[in-house]
Amino acid sequence: MINLHRYANPNQFMRLSSPLVPVVGFLTCSLFPIGLYLALFVSPPDYEQRETVRIMYVHVPAAWMALLSYTLMATFSAVALIWRHPLANVMARSVAPIGASFTLICLITGSLWGQPTWGTWWVWDARLTSVLILFFLFVGYLVLYGAFDDMAKGARAAGLIAIVGFIFVPIIKFSVDLLDLRTLHQGASVSKLSSPAIHESMMWPLMIMAAAYLCYLITFLLLGVRTEIMAARLRAGHRMRAEKGVQLGSSE
Amino acid sequence: MKIWWILVQRDLLMAWRRSSDIFSVVMFFVLAVVLFPLGVGPELDTLRKIAPGIIWVAALLAAMLSLDQLFQSDADDGSLDLLLLAPIPLETIVIAKCCAHWMVTGLPLILVAPILGILLNLPLSGFAVMIITLVISTPTISLLGSVGAALTIGARRGGVLVALLILPLLTPILIMSANAVDLALVGLNYTPLIALLGAFFLICLVVCPFVAAAALRLAAE
Repeated sequence: MINLHRYANPNQFMRLSSPLVPVVGFLTCSLFPIGLYLALFVSPPDYEQRETVRIMYVHVPAAWMALLSYTLMATFSAVALIWRHPLANVMARSVAPIGASFTLICLITGSLWGQPTWGTWWVWDARLTSVLILFFLFVGYLVLYGAFDDMAKGARAAGLIAIVGFIFVPIIKFSVDLLDLRTLHQGASVSKLSSPAIHESMMWPLMIMAAAYLCYLITFLLLGVRTEIMAARLRAGHRMRAEKGVQLGSSE
Repeated sequence: MKIWWILVQRDLLMAWRRSSDIFSVVMFFVLAVVLFPLGVGPELDTLRKIAPGIIWVAALLAAMLSLDQLFQSDADDGSLDLLLLAPIPLETIVIAKCCAHWMVTGLPLILVAPILGILLNLPLSGFAVMIITLVISTPTISLLGSVGAALTIGARRGGVLVALLILPLLTPILIMSANAVDLALVGLNYTPLIALLGAFFLICLVVCPFVAAAALRLAAE
């Protein structure tokens, strides 16, 4: 087993991550143009959906990354809770806003796609609803994190709710699937997009876009954690200087 | 077990001394339901269709109102520290608190629900299922609510926060309960959904006391 505590040291993290940030940052910056070019210009329009299928290249990776972010957030929170790993809370906190934005991107692009395809911006279908609830879970985590005067307390409370949320996500997903049942026996139902095996010409742009999203996630996760560590150092520095100032003042 | 019962009695007594709190929660429930016909319009057909959903949404919101006091008052007057030192596991104490909370919040809501069903023109065939779903799932609300209440001890604006944290987790109850009543109204078999609600209650009974206890220990640090 890897010795987690070796990486628990913020100094160690700063040292290891500083060469990583430009690398993943560069990958993000180069993969996005390539992926977007392939997705928006090279890949063929769909037989049924025509050009609107291109929204998929932005939408699907966002959904994947949103799920990955929530999993990461819950995992980091669990690590923080079990091993009292000081960096894990910071990692969980940094991944949360990124995950929330992916969820939001997923919802917005989905509704933009829904208008021409389904004829409506929003449908209370199982998938849409579960992503919306995922967004609320992210928001709840972030709000709870910031709701305490004592930051460490907020971090641990938020960590607990992230883990509980993770346990409940499958249950929520399952129950939300029942919504389809309800729309079925109450008239107006929207047939879901049946997914045929995706063709290679669409597969590649999608995969490159997913890689770009992943690099973006890693870049901003690292940047977020680094910022948080620097902010903590600044606070500590201020406190030390303030204490020193008090001592100087009293000795004078 | 004796201590457990004493704890339940203590909470019940405290709730009784402040019975206006219970009253206001029930009145909120009634008022929230009464607002819907005023907003949606008084057509009885529309109301009948949305009655199960409205009653359940209002019940959830009313329960949220009562949750912020579940642990906060204990934390304020220091009795939480004594509970942490008590000779029985903190998890059982949480269950005792939930039990008392259900008796003073869940039970009144169940008793009032039939009247609201009449106001919303809910057909008679739906009443029994409505009550069954409430009986099974209001304890689930208390259990999950205890997690939210324990996590938000000492937080700013705890009350709103509990709702924000717990309502997304309570969506399964809402969906399954309202669905069950709907199915009963159409004359279809609703028992699988009742069984699922029961399963959800059991999951919460296993998970929630541990999480709430962990949150309480955290709050006491």
